[in-house]
Parts: sequence; structure tokens; C-alpha cells
Amino acid sequence: MNTSVTSIKLVLLGEAAVGKSSIVLRFVSNDFAENKEPTIGAAFLTQRVNMGDHTIKFEIWDTAGQERFASLAPMYYRNAQAALVVYDVTKPQSFIKARHWVKELHEQASRDIIIALVGNKLDIIENGGERKVAREEAENLAQQEGLLFFETSAKSGSNVNEVFLGIGQKISLKPAQNAQDGGQGSSGLRINDDSRIDLRAPYGQSSAAGSCNC
Amino acid sequence: MDEEYDVIVLGTGLTECILSGLLSVDGKKVLHIDKQDHYGGESASVALSQLYQKFKQNPVSKDEIETKFGRDRDWSVDLIPKFLMADGELTKILVHTDVTRYIDFKQVAGSYVYNKGKIYKVPANELEAISSPLMGIFEKRRMKRFLEWIGEYQEDNLRTHQGLDLDKNTMDEVYYKFGLGASTKDFIGHSMALWTNDDYLQQPARSSFERIVLYLQSVARYGKSPYLYPLYGLGELPQGFARLSAIYGGTYMLNTPVEKVLYGEDGKFEGVTTKEGTARAPVVIADPTYFPEKCKSTGQKVIRAICVLKHPVPNTGNADSVQLIIPQSQVGRQNDIYVAVMSDSHNVVAKGHYLAIVSTIIETDKPHIELEPAFKLLGSIEERFMGIAELFEPKESGAADNVYLSRSYDSSSHFESMTDDVKDIYFRVTGHPLVLKKRSQEDEEDE
Repeated sequence: MNTSVTSIKLVLLGEAAVGKSSIVLRFVSNDFAENKEPTIGAAFLTQRVNMGDHTIKFEIWDTAGQERFASLAPMYYRNAQAALVVYDVTKPQSFIKARHWVKELHEQASRDIIIALVGNKLDIIENGGERKVAREEAENLAQQEGLLFFETSAKSGSNVNEVFLGIGQKISLKPAQNAQDGGQGSSGLRINDDSRIDLRAPYGQSSAAGSCNC
Repeated sequence: MDEEYDVIVLGTGLTECILSGLLSVDGKKVLHIDKQDHYGGESASVALSQLYQKFKQNPVSKDEIETKFGRDRDWSVDLIPKFLMADGELTKILVHTDVTRYIDFKQVAGSYVYNKGKIYKVPANELEAISSPLMGIFEKRRMKRFLEWIGEYQEDNLRTHQGLDLDKNTMDEVYYKFGLGASTKDFIGHSMALWTNDDYLQQPARSSFERIVLYLQSVARYGKSPYLYPLYGLGELPQGFARLSAIYGGTYMLNTPVEKVLYGEDGKFEGVTTKEGTARAPVVIADPTYFPEKCKSTGQKVIRAICVLKHPVPNTGNADSVQLIIPQSQVGRQNDIYVAVMSDSHNVVAKGHYLAIVSTIIETDKPHIELEPAFKLLGSIEERFMGIAELFEPKESGAADNVYLSRSYDSSSHFESMTDDVKDIYFRVTGHPLVLKKRSQEDEEDE
């Protein structure tokens, strides 16, 4: 059986307090923490998903709070292969912000990035709270921009795994791309040396370019 | 917002971002502010359109730029050119803080030196020294003996010192002992020890010795040259350390000018007021642009010319990246001219282009002419952006008012003086020296 592992850099985007970290916590640990404090000290979280004949290793980057004052660094979404743009179904402002992030990703991120639009906190509606972002409105945005679309509840766990499976499937459908492995080599400098073209090197095309671009 | 912090950091240049990251990891509550809307301050990497805005009088449209030079966003041009020494302090800080997780590095393909009208590869070990056309047959033997002395030197074994005392003998005396000639001294002092002028000759040999060891050990790390360079440019470095700081709880606010600095009756720093409100902290760390009145000129000005080429630099074996040093004595100057060359293999230019950043310390009132010897070596230049930067340093240590200021980025080709500044500020702020230790593994979730 083929056990190839593809590493995927996935970034989280969305207004503060829409539940970005909670979605990840649910996905990675099947856990939920009420009034969760922003994560401290984790460079990124990883979680493997079996996709039949191969495994996808999600390397999930949190904003580390840098979105709070609009101070996310371009480095954050550089070379991301997938992004979750999260909003809160009870907060229209967070959906406006989500539109902004989709636009930003199309302008700044890699051209073939897979984006999932995620309306979170569905449990509030199920418990009688008022929905403020219509499902149709979000579906329209997803359709126009070519996004995957999910409504989730990190609190109940509803639909959370489906988000990552959906991204995994879409990635599996794409022609095999060089396995990025940003999580490797945590103990030292990663050197992309032209003379030893490293197949695990994150930016395959660039390490090959050195051989003859003169 | 009205919040209390342990440290406020102003400016997101590399020095400030490293300090912010280190202090956050130490458990300090850090607020990091930049008046500009992007990371990096003076040490940012910018797109071509930003270079036009910054350096050219007449506006050039983005369309026009892209027709000529390809996609604007493929460009990431360093405002201050430098390389990392593979075995230098910045490399160590990157590894110990795990910021390497966010940045990929490549080797710089070659280290070259200008000598009598020609460009030569800098011999970096005994083998290369023996085959280098830089030296005649007898000089090669002398150079070999010099390198052997460096390699075998042990502090506590007097026999390996060969009668030399690093703290008493000057470097010139060391050269004399090995019988090395003027042009060999030139490339040892300038392209291996990386001194920018000849003052070192009359100083005790120890610091030159240490610099040569750093050079040789850096070459030995990965082979081709002693230098490393991050993909997407040096601007990735401050961003990486800012992320480290944020991950450990640091708060980031870009695009936030400081409206007022607050001091107590004792003259000590108390906080800053911005559009977000007042933030208080007993200590501030900042780059010189935030407290010009507390800085003075070092008396040095650096001219930097960013040149866009469509070909590799001639006579460098079509290398995709190069450090080229023109020693001062070769062109009748007091300070060396540096040329840093990068290409699309480091993802800093659109395909098929090369960047050559030429810099030196200004000696005359016609600084652009001082760079001519370097321009001549580059072949045809498609576009050129020139700027002059005055170098500043703090007037005081910061002990009196708790305002700790960094120094401007100097003209050296690497980050060693910058990391000295980081360690020095760290010591002054915390009262204890910076000890690099590995971050605990439990932070790094992996199944």
C-alpha cells in the first residue's frame, strides 16, 4: 500500500473571535474550550488525514493574534496551499471581513491556493440564536470565487472534519505536486542547495532554477 | 486600549523584531508598534513599484513597470543588502528560536574579490589557495602555512601559537611573520576578515583572527561560500521573528504612528499614546527614527545603489548569487565597495533578472562617482535606484530614561554587528546576558 505523505500548509484567516483556533482544536484534538484564550507558543499544529491511498499532513498556521490590529505579515500566507476563511454566522461584520480576506488571498497568495469559506458558531442558531449571515449569501460568494463552503460548529464538532476532508479531497484531485515539507528540519537551518536538489525542498521550481537560468 | 505591558518596542526592523521575539519567549508582555504599514522598517524588502516611489522623482505606473520587469509582486528588493554568515550569530539565533521553521535559506553561490582589474574567487581553504590564480607559487606556500596556523591554533596550547600573541601582536605583524605580500594581505583582510578599511592592520590580531575563523567555518558548513540568503529576501527575517513574538503573546500594531511619548517626573519612560489609546510599560526599545533627539550621527554615511540587470555579473561563472568585494587599496579609497548579487533563484526578482546592490561608505562630495568602479564590473544596467543613508547611534545607554535605542544598519556585508547590537540591548534591558537555548519541544505539537 502506498503510504505517501503530502504536507499542506494551511493558514487561518478571519476576524478575531470567530472561532478560528477552536475549529483547529476540534479538528486536531476533538476538543473544545469555552472562552478559549489565544494560543501561546505553538508555531503551528499538525494533523494527519488518511485519504485512501495516501496521507495528508496538515500543517496549520494560526494567526497568533496578528490579525487583531491588521498586522498579519505577508510571510503568513506565502506558499500556503490551503486557507480557511472563517466568519461567525451571527456577526455580519465578520462576513464582510471574510470577503476582504478572500480578495487579499487572491491577490497575495499562490494562484492555486484552495480556500474554504467557513461559517462558524452554527450551534448558536441551533439553540435559538439569530442567524445574521444568510446561507445563500455565503454560498454565492463561494460560487463566484471558487471556494469550498461549510457551516460548522467548533463547539459541537458539527461539520468540522468535513472542512479538512473537503480540502484534502480537492488537493488529492490535483496533479501530484511536490510534497512540501515545511515541518521538517525543525532542528536546523533548511538549506536549499542547488547542487543537491532536494525533492522535499518546499519550492521545487526555485531549487531547480539554479542549475541553468543564465 | 489602555493596557499595561512589560516592554514596548517601536519599529519592526530586524534588531527590534529579534529583541521582541526573545523577550516574548522570556515571558515578557510585549507591545510592538510600527508607524509604517509593513514589517521591516529600514531592513524591509520591497516590491519594484515601492522602489520607484521611494527613489524616483517622477511617478512610473505599475503597468509600465510590469511591461519592463515582469510582475511587480515577484520582486522583493532589500533596502539594506547583507548576507548571513553560515556559522554566524544570526544563524545561531535563528536555529535556537526555531524561526528557521518559517524561512528557507539558500547558499550564496560565490564569494569574489577584485584584484588588479580582474575578479577572482576568494580561496577559502588550503586546497583552493593552492589552485588560486590570485597568488604566485611561493606566495601560495606562505598562504598555506598561514591557513594551517589558523586551523591548528589552540588557545591553551602555546606550541600552536608559533610565537604569536593574538592580544599583543598586530595583524600586520602576523602577516609579516608568514611573509605575506600586499595583495594577499588585501584579500585576507578584506574578503575573509571582511574589514572595510585598513585600520585593523595596526590593531591586535585577535579580532582579525576570529573573523577569519568565522569565515572559514562558515565556508566549511555548506561548501560554496560562507554566505546564506533567505528565499524572498531579507524582509522575511523581521517577519519571522515578529511571528515568534506573536506566538508567545506579543501584540502587533502596524500603521500606528506614535502620537506622544509619556515620561514620569523622574524622566523615565512610561508609555506611548497612539490612535488606539495609551499603552504603558516601564521600558521602550526603538530604532533611531522614533527618538531622533536621543541619537547622534556616527559621522558615516552609506551610499547604496540597487541595480537591476538582465544578466549575471560578468566573470562570476554565471553565478545566481555573489558577494563581490572591491578592496579600497585596489581603487584608491579608504573604504571597500561591496556588491551583493541575487537572482530569481532566491525569489527576489522576476524570472531572468538579477539584482546587484552596490554600497560603500561615502568619502567625497560626489558619492555616486565613488561607485563607478563597481558599475563598470556589472555590464549594462537596466535600472538604478540610489540612496544615501546617514548612520545613527544612541547618545545614551538608556539606563537613565529606560529608552533603549538600536543602531542604524551599517555598511558591513553581514549581520555580525547587528547581532552584537541585539545582545548589547538585551543585556542593558534585562540585566543579564543573552543565553541562547533551544525552545522546549513540548511546544511543538506533532503526533
